[in-house]
Amino acid sequence: MIGFLTLFEKEFLRFWKVSFQTVAAPVLTALLYLLIFGHVLDEHVQVHGVRYISFLVPGLVMMQVLQNAFANSSSSLIQAKITGSIVFVLLPPIPYGAFFLAYVLAAVARGLLVGVGVLLATVWFAELKVVAPWWTLVFALFGGGLFAALGMIAGIWSEKFDQLAAFQNFLIMPLTMLSGVFYSIYTLPTFWQGLSHYNPVFYMIDGFRYGFFGVSDVAPETSLAVVVACFAAVSMLTLRLLKRGWKLRG
Amino acid sequence: MIPAVSIVDVVKHFGSLQALAGVSLDIEQGEFFGLLGPNGAGKTTLISSLAGLIRPDSGTIKVMGHDVIRDFREARRLLGVVPQELVFDPFFNVRETLRIQSGYFGIRKNDDWIDEILEHLDLASKADVNMRRLSGGMKRRVLVAQALVHRPPVIVLDEPTAGVDVELRQGLWQFIRRLNGEGHTIILTTHYLEEAEALCNRIALMKQGRVIALDTTANLMAAHPGASLEQVFVRTMQQ
Ligand SMILES: Nc1ncnc2c1ncn2[C@@H]1O[C@H](COP(=O)(O)OP(=O)(O)OP(=O)(O)O)[C@@H](O)[C@H]1O
Ligand SMILES: [Mg+2]
Repeated sequence: MIGFLTLFEKEFLRFWKVSFQTVAAPVLTALLYLLIFGHVLDEHVQVHGVRYISFLVPGLVMMQVLQNAFANSSSSLIQAKITGSIVFVLLPPIPYGAFFLAYVLAAVARGLLVGVGVLLATVWFAELKVVAPWWTLVFALFGGGLFAALGMIAGIWSEKFDQLAAFQNFLIMPLTMLSGVFYSIYTLPTFWQGLSHYNPVFYMIDGFRYGFFGVSDVAPETSLAVVVACFAAVSMLTLRLLKRGWKLRG
Repeated sequence: MIPAVSIVDVVKHFGSLQALAGVSLDIEQGEFFGLLGPNGAGKTTLISSLAGLIRPDSGTIKVMGHDVIRDFREARRLLGVVPQELVFDPFFNVRETLRIQSGYFGIRKNDDWIDEILEHLDLASKADVNMRRLSGGMKRRVLVAQALVHRPPVIVLDEPTAGVDVELRQGLWQFIRRLNGEGHTIILTTHYLEEAEALCNRIALMKQGRVIALDTTANLMAAHPGASLEQVFVRTMQQ
């Protein structure tokens, strides 16, 4: 238990000590998206009867929660591997389950902090109400957890920073950008609409947005089921890899 | 008495390279044991297998009777390892580093022992300095300190004195000797053979993944009258 708490604390401090880059910077990025897209499209578009700029905010929040959860666990692990300081967590008797939880929870914490930051920063530009706050929280937690676990796999798998960047650019970015952050998928042609249903991130964004507006493309219960199932599957895979010592204990 | 470390038929390949070619070795509790051999002999590979950092292809390793894979939690608790590579976590200062390392081993309030270690390794004045700002030798001392935070009964030092100044070497050996006197088992690799000669009661010489000589320091020396350990080493390697 102390081992788990210490590892969590260390992982938390690791990003907190440089929170200007790890929290403030992504908030600024989201704000820029909002200003640009919001300004260009706000006059023309309404989704679910909501003004476009208000529709955009929850999507941006969730996108940053996911991307930062991924960034935290993956960058921490690859840095530790490349510098060799990974031995400090491999030598102690920390059970792999505790190891997993510590990295995932710290990454989710960063994701949520960034998410709250984006909300606070954008609240000045868009009127937002939160109809069902528990839905938003649950989707943020499980979505963040899923991306944190993916980040662990990516960080452990990558041997160089450019391999991690490839993972990020060719998997994480497309999945999040093409998930309905910037649009409702029902504005898409049928083929892309169908394809979007195979993207788990779509359900995270859609469910998260439901918490704000009380309307969504898919019933939130369905979305939650998809997200929790994906989280469970990726977690199970990560735990198995950790147990085997895959790529960490050669 | 169960051996501090028991190694049976350990084999490890890296691709086609055989780094350990069937090593068997018992190290008794309370020994000051030297693991010597030229670069690439397999010393670090053996230590990494012992510490669970790599998994051997076959063979078993136990620390105080606990299998390092099946019973890894107990085995790792009993072991303190100073790695050969000079690694550090740049996010923290010396004291934070040692507190965190204590926490990983399940120890919360460890400042009395941390202060004592810092004192013995002449690091007390650097306690609040960020790891990045330490000189190479000081980083090495912190690595030694990190291996000791949980007072492990078995301490493994993989070239702890590489790049360390004379004064600290003496301080370090005094401290390690004291721990050995208190019953800690010490396993040491070094390329400074005078150090090994002075400190180790028993020595294994490794070459190309095998143990080619294993005896007390006294017996090894007696087999080559008048020779230093360095000369014994060179002759054994040539055989
Ligand atoms: N991760 C690895 N991948 C591939 N080969 C490795 C790896 N680690 C060690 N080796 C090889 O295994 C052999 C034994 O290496 P090891 O580090 O155990 O030697 P050593 O006795 O500790 O040497 P030194 O005195 O230089 O520290 C060497 O030939 C080395 O190149
Ligand atoms: Mg070595």
